[in-house]
Amino acid sequence: MAGTGKAHMRGEEALVTVEDLVMEFPAGRRAVVHAVSGISFDILEGETLGLVGESGCGKSTTGRAMMQLPSPTAGSVRFDGVEMTELSKEDLRRTRTRMQMIFQDPISSLNPRRKVKDIVAEGLSIWHGDAGKQSTQKVNEVLDAVGLDPEVVSDRRPHQFSGGQCQRICIARALVLDPKVIICDEPVSALDVSVQAQILNLLEEMKERYGLTLVFIAHDLAVVKNVSDRVVVMYLGKVCEVAGPDALYAHPAHPYTDVLLASIPEPDPDHPVSDRQITGELPSPINPPSGCRFRTRCDKVQDLCSEEEPVLREISPNHYVACHFPNEVPVSVNGDGA
Amino acid sequence: MEAERPLLEVENLRTYFDTPRGILKAVDGVSFTLDKGETIGIVGESGSGKSVLVRSIMNILTSNAIIPDGSEVFFDGKDTRNLSRSEAKHFWGTQMAMIFQDPMTSLNPVKKVGIQITESIRYHLGASKQEAMQRALELMVQVGIPEPRKRLKEYPHQLSGGMRQRVTIAIALACNPKLLIADEPTTALDVTVQKQILDLLASLQEELDMAMILITHDLGVVAGRARRIGVMYAGKMVETADTTTLFHHMNHPYTEALFKSIPRVEHQSHTRLDAISGRPPDMVLDLVGCRFAPRCRYAQEQCLAEEPDLFDTGQPGHRQACFYPVGSSESAEALASNQASGITAAGLDLTAAAVS
Repeated sequence: MAGTGKAHMRGEEALVTVEDLVMEFPAGRRAVVHAVSGISFDILEGETLGLVGESGCGKSTTGRAMMQLPSPTAGSVRFDGVEMTELSKEDLRRTRTRMQMIFQDPISSLNPRRKVKDIVAEGLSIWHGDAGKQSTQKVNEVLDAVGLDPEVVSDRRPHQFSGGQCQRICIARALVLDPKVIICDEPVSALDVSVQAQILNLLEEMKERYGLTLVFIAHDLAVVKNVSDRVVVMYLGKVCEVAGPDALYAHPAHPYTDVLLASIPEPDPDHPVSDRQITGELPSPINPPSGCRFRTRCDKVQDLCSEEEPVLREISPNHYVACHFPNEVPVSVNGDGA
Repeated sequence: MEAERPLLEVENLRTYFDTPRGILKAVDGVSFTLDKGETIGIVGESGSGKSVLVRSIMNILTSNAIIPDGSEVFFDGKDTRNLSRSEAKHFWGTQMAMIFQDPMTSLNPVKKVGIQITESIRYHLGASKQEAMQRALELMVQVGIPEPRKRLKEYPHQLSGGMRQRVTIAIALACNPKLLIADEPTTALDVTVQKQILDLLASLQEELDMAMILITHDLGVVAGRARRIGVMYAGKMVETADTTTLFHHMNHPYTEALFKSIPRVEHQSHTRLDAISGRPPDMVLDLVGCRFAPRCRYAQEQCLAEEPDLFDTGQPGHRQACFYPVGSSESAEALASNQASGITAAGLDLTAAAVS
C-alpha cells in the first residue's frame, strides 16, 4: 500500500491539492507514530471526495491536516491557490472560514450550555461583529435549510435534540459562513440507518444549494459510494486505490478494497455471508511494515511486496491502484471519475 | 425442562418508567419465544425499546421501572421476575449473559483484562485463581485474541476496539450461558471489525449451542445471521418472521422503510436514499392508533383511530401489525390516494417527502 505516487493528480484546475502530506506524532522514547506517510490527492470544485479506511488508517488525521489542525509535519496543502501550510496565524484564521468541518459525534461537538441560535451564530459574531438583525436572518436561513424550524429550535439547547437533529445543527453551523469546502469526518457513523439516510440526503442537497465541495471521511464503503464522485481508499497512512465510486465497486483492484467491500453487511438473506474476512490486527503505525504496508494481512502477498513499495499507477482510465499484484480490471470500463 | 418448551418465552411484556414527565411506556406489550440454540434478531431505531426489552428479560432495570401485571418472562421454565436478588446474581452469567455496544465503557478501565475475565469464573464456579486463569486463557484463544498470555496482563486501553469487544465476549461466555444477549455489539466498530465480530459470534454460538438475541438498528447486520427477525417500533413488535420470509415478503411499511434507507453498494453513486421522515413518537404521551402512522406513506383514517394488533399473514410464523400491508391491493390503493392528494391522513406531506 504504497501510496506514494501522483499519477492520479489532475493538475492546476483542482480547488484543493494535497501533496506528499506527512503527519507524524511523537510517541515518547524517541518513537514516532507515522499516522500519514506521504499521501497526495486533489479535489475539483463541486466534487465530493470520499476518504475510506479502517480506524487508524489516517483518514481523520488527513482531514484535520487539511485544516491545519495541526499543521502537517511535511507536505503541502493548497486551497484555492493559497499554500495553507505557509500562512501566518491571522491569514490562516481568515482562510479557515472558507473551510469548515463536521465531526462524528454531533452531541459532543455542540456546547451543551449554549442555545442553538448562539451556537450557529458564533462564526458570524466573530467575523462580522454582532450584526443583530442581519445575523439572525442568516442563522434562520441556514437552520431552515437543514430542515429545522428556526422559531422552534433557536432557544433550545443541544440536549433537547436527537443525534440526527444535532448533526443538522452542526451542518447549519458549518454553513453559516458560506464556506467553499466542508470536511465531514464520519458524519453519520454515530447515527441509526434511518437517520443516516436523512443526513446523507441533506448533505447532497446542501452541496447543490450552496455549491459546496465536500471531503467525506467514513469507514463504510456503501455510505461513501452513495455520496462521492471520487473515492480514495487509505490503509495505515498510505493510499491504496483511487477511482470513481461505481468503478471501484464494480472492479476493486486492490486486495484491501476487496476486503472492505466484502465486509459490508448485505440486507439480503439470500446473499451468502462472504468468507472473506480481514485477518490479523492493524500493524502499529510506530513501526509500519516495509514495502507495501498491507502485506501483513494480504492473501496475495509475494516477496516483492516486502522489498518494494508499490506506486500508484493507472490501470484503467481514471482508476489508480498502488499494488504489485492488483486484481484484473477490464480496460474498457470507464473509470467514471469526476 | 420439558423438551417441547422454548428456552425463552416472553408474553405481553410491558416495561414502563416513572419519569418526571409522566409514565414512559418503553416496551408496551411484546411477545416472542426463542428456542435453544436459535438466534433472533431484534431490529429498530434508537428509542424503539429494544434495549429496554432485553434488560427487562435479564431483570437489570433501573429502580424507576414498573412492570405491570400480565407481563411474563419464562426462561427455561422459570419466571425470571420472581428471582430474589441472590438467586439473580447466580442467574446472570451462568444462564444468560450480555454484551454491550461500547466495549470501552463496559470494561473496567483500571482492572487488567485477565482479572475481569476470571472474576465471574471464580464467583460462579468457585474456581481457584490458577484454574480461573487457565480457563481465561482458553477463552481468549476461543475468541481469537492473538498473544493471549500477554493480553491477559494488559488493560482495556491497550487493546483496539475489536479486541476489547472480543474480551467482553470472553467474559460473557466464561460460565457457558444458555442465552447470549448482544445489544448492538458492533455499532461502535468499523465494518471490517464488525464482520469479524459477527462471524465470531456465529461460530461460537454453533460451537456452544447457545441461543442468542442480536439487537441492531441495521437490517443488514441480521440478514445473514439470525434465523428469525422481530422489528420493533415505539415499544411494540410490528413484524416478526423467518429471516427469508421477512426480506421476501415485507409486510409492514416500517420494515420496508428501514430496508430502503440502507445505502446499497449495488446502487449507482448519488442514488437518493428513501429516508424515513420525522421521528419516533414521544412515549410519554397516550398514543392512539398505529404508532408509525405519522411517518407512514400509506396512512389512512383507520390507522389514526385504531391500533392494529399483530396478526398472522398466512405465511408460517409471519406476523405483522398493519391494516394496509405492503404488497396488498389495499396498500396500493391507500398509497395511490395519498399520493393523489399529496398528503396522508396523518398529515405527512408526500410531495415534500419526495424532495427532502
